[in-house]
Amino acid sequence: MKIVVIGNGMVGHKLLEELADVPNLAITVLCEEPRPAYDRVHLSEFFSGKTADDLSLVTPGFFDRANITLKLNAKAVGIDRSAKLVQLEDGETVPYDQLVLATGSYPFVPPVTGRDRNGCLVYRTIEDLEAMTEWGKKSKVGVVVGGGLLGLECAKALKDMGLQTHVVEFAPRLMTVQVDDMGGRLLRRKIEAMGVQVHTGKNTLEITDGAGLGVGGRHAMKFADGSQLQTDMIVFSAGIRPRDELARVAGLIRGERGGILIDNQCKTSDPSIYAIGECALWNGKIFGLVAPGYDMARIVAKQIVAGDAAAAAPQFNGADMSTKLKLLGVDVASIGDAQGSTPGSLTYLFNDDVAGHYKKLVVTADGKLLIGAVLVGEANDYGTLLQMALNGIPLPAQPESLILPSVEGGSKGIGIDMLPATASICSCNNVSKGDLCSAIEGGATSLGALKKCTKAATSCGGCLPLVKQVLDAELKKSGVLVLNHICEHFAHSRQELFHLVKVGGQKTFDDTILAHGKGRGCDVCKPTVASILASCWNEHVLKPKHASVQDTNDYYLANIQKDGTYSVVPRIPGGEITPDKLIVIGQVAKDYGLYTKITGGQRIDLFGARVEQLPEIWGALVAAGFESGHAYGKSLRTVKSCVGSTWCRYGVQDSVTMAIRIEERYRGLRSPHKIKMAVSGCTRECAEAQSKDVGVIATEKGWNLYVAGNGGMKPRHAELLASDVDDETLIKLIDRFLMLYIRTGDRLQRTATWIENLEGGLSYVKKVVIDDSLGLCAELEADMARQVETYECEWKKAITTPETLKRFSHFVNSADTDSNIQFVDERGQIRPKSALEKKLEVAP
Amino acid sequence: MTDAASWTFVCHRDDIVPNTGVCAKVGDAQVAVFRVVAPNGDEGGPENGIFAIDNFDVRSQANVLSRGLIGELSTETGPALVVASPVYKNHLCLKTGRCLEDEAWSVKAWAVTCGDDGAIMVRAS
Repeated sequence: MKIVVIGNGMVGHKLLEELADVPNLAITVLCEEPRPAYDRVHLSEFFSGKTADDLSLVTPGFFDRANITLKLNAKAVGIDRSAKLVQLEDGETVPYDQLVLATGSYPFVPPVTGRDRNGCLVYRTIEDLEAMTEWGKKSKVGVVVGGGLLGLECAKALKDMGLQTHVVEFAPRLMTVQVDDMGGRLLRRKIEAMGVQVHTGKNTLEITDGAGLGVGGRHAMKFADGSQLQTDMIVFSAGIRPRDELARVAGLIRGERGGILIDNQCKTSDPSIYAIGECALWNGKIFGLVAPGYDMARIVAKQIVAGDAAAAAPQFNGADMSTKLKLLGVDVASIGDAQGSTPGSLTYLFNDDVAGHYKKLVVTADGKLLIGAVLVGEANDYGTLLQMALNGIPLPAQPESLILPSVEGGSKGIGIDMLPATASICSCNNVSKGDLCSAIEGGATSLGALKKCTKAATSCGGCLPLVKQVLDAELKKSGVLVLNHICEHFAHSRQELFHLVKVGGQKTFDDTILAHGKGRGCDVCKPTVASILASCWNEHVLKPKHASVQDTNDYYLANIQKDGTYSVVPRIPGGEITPDKLIVIGQVAKDYGLYTKITGGQRIDLFGARVEQLPEIWGALVAAGFESGHAYGKSLRTVKSCVGSTWCRYGVQDSVTMAIRIEERYRGLRSPHKIKMAVSGCTRECAEAQSKDVGVIATEKGWNLYVAGNGGMKPRHAELLASDVDDETLIKLIDRFLMLYIRTGDRLQRTATWIENLEGGLSYVKKVVIDDSLGLCAELEADMARQVETYECEWKKAITTPETLKRFSHFVNSADTDSNIQFVDERGQIRPKSALEKKLEVAP
Repeated sequence: MTDAASWTFVCHRDDIVPNTGVCAKVGDAQVAVFRVVAPNGDEGGPENGIFAIDNFDVRSQANVLSRGLIGELSTETGPALVVASPVYKNHLCLKTGRCLEDEAWSVKAWAVTCGDDGAIMVRAS
């Protein structure tokens, strides 16, 4: 079926999102503007530095799908209803089976003489905002005509541009629709206190030349009361009018004062044509808010999907026009019958001129239900009051307590628990409390995840506090509070992201953040993603496309020390080393003046290497048969061993051979955190294997495998995973165990913490890696086999890649070395000079 | 202000791997110069391009900032481009040199330009 949507504004785009995954639709979108849908609700943020891209509502790749064709700069000028064709300005025609008009509205400019002078603007599109910015630069004084919601937003923009700002309103008060007299007065007082001059009851007759160009008097506005106002630029924001000209030329029925007439199914007078959003007239009303428009979009989507059964599909039943805003820094909220126009309705008022708070409740004649409210100056209770009004929750015994300042210790309002599951929390995106609860149950346990999953609070954001309350209450009920998001850029745990990358096939950080995250990333998520990419695809960490996301240690393949020098640890598998190799290490240390120390993992650490010395040092080590020890990576560090049955009179297995085999198998393997292992040749356990992530202890019959032990800050004894297994089984089990950890471990989570947080703990791990309860074992082994096959020594790779070698100099534009790196002698070796020692030297 | 002599050519834009930094010698000073590119490859606009701050990390007393990871963090005043010191992970704003964790660790931001030919110049001061 051919669907044509005219207009790609917020509402038109919502319809596309609803229809995108419906099969057998060919959708054409005609967009008159040069760019696809953007967020007009937050348009003013354009002035605080947001770009058109930031405001875009189009998720990356959305218009790449085959079933949607987007035409930009494509203005529809006519509809041939009998032939079912839309005519474009350039003469092209587009056929449709069902047509949706989502043409929106245009800003109303009062018929004032001189309204089309240079510097007279409107406030609707990004282009309008760009024009305002341009004129703002050439102006000292700016006037906004219109004291409604958009007008005040616009005034803030002018004020922020540094202009003397005036608001001119025809009516006797600001925000006539949303607030009452007293609220309007307080609002005015607050806005004037901020330096914006408000002129109410002003009927503009004419705009003419002002007293002087560029000095605050490009224009003179003349009012009906004889007064004048000098200004350089004027922005009209005096309400909107429906864009119904297409409907007019196509002969669709329109309202007397404009608007395309629609029924409860959002159908126009032609059953093949729908109209939604601000161009549509329902029951004599035009809805100038985004929530009712979204509602219409959802209804039309369901109508289209339902086809012949459309009559049974959901229908439009009007919309709640309650709203909460921050205008020039002042909180303003309006709920339901704000003006108290319901017959017999009664009011409660609270006014605090000192603090600048005004609150009003409108209740039914019997005083039992809340039907409206106005809040100015402080609107924290908006969410609660709105829910009371929408859900008909009975008022408390003393309704005034809802607006009176809370007395210490007293609680007021309604608890979130009182709301029924059907209560609509986010009216923009039609999310009920029940929807939120089931999403939380399904794992969306952070505000970010919940917003992403349900779309609640993603449009106007007014319901955010309430969404948070529901989240907190639900989490409290379930007794857990787990926030495992990697950082602000990824609303996923490491485990989730690992799977997403594995399935999505992302090979770079940029692709990963574009697909699964937001923003640019940071020093937390970048190395995490780097580790995931290395574990998934085993791509060399030194490749230029991965360079920018490696921690400095991975970037320079060495461990940074406090003075900015690095330490170098060559691999000594199993801790076994020949005298010749020992001599090489000693010679290299001597040649480069490095400090040497034996580590706890049976290695030799060489300290004090400058960045520019690293390639030469590696070159000398590699030439002697050494390779990188990966001491810098979140990867296998060491496999420690005792001397075993070859020499030891108690040893029962050859622990050194096994340690070397294990170390060479898992070297370079990137993981959530470092991994340490050990192999002991008998139960005396001289290699201390039970304090390692993977510990192997020889038995008379084979090997016992221990896992998830830890030394360090929080020691943990490893637990027995399998006993008396042969060499091959041992390797298989370690393969599976490590891969399971790599897939499911959290960022910087050692195996000990991982297993403690894993539901089912060791017995779960046993089931998965021994009983193959998830049918994963073959896959885990295959993953590991691939890792083993693609291993390469990162040092060797680095010193043979000229492109990589470039990064190993301290200065980009000089061969000098860093003069701040200074050493002194201690016990026959170097150590970094302390800050005090450096200072003393400089002093005369 | 526009004294040509006070601007030092340090390197070409292509000499810096996207989203990493290098250290440049400007007179006797060490300047960390960063090349910031958006995930979609965009290199224009106020949030992308070339930035320069001291290379000296006040907190660790070492010349290491050019080797930090570049990132973007939410702050009270909106998102800020930062580099994380590789030693203690304190974050420094690329535009201003301000340290997000402690003002005392803030460093100086240097004036830097990148010409159409990719030549990066830092203004000595």
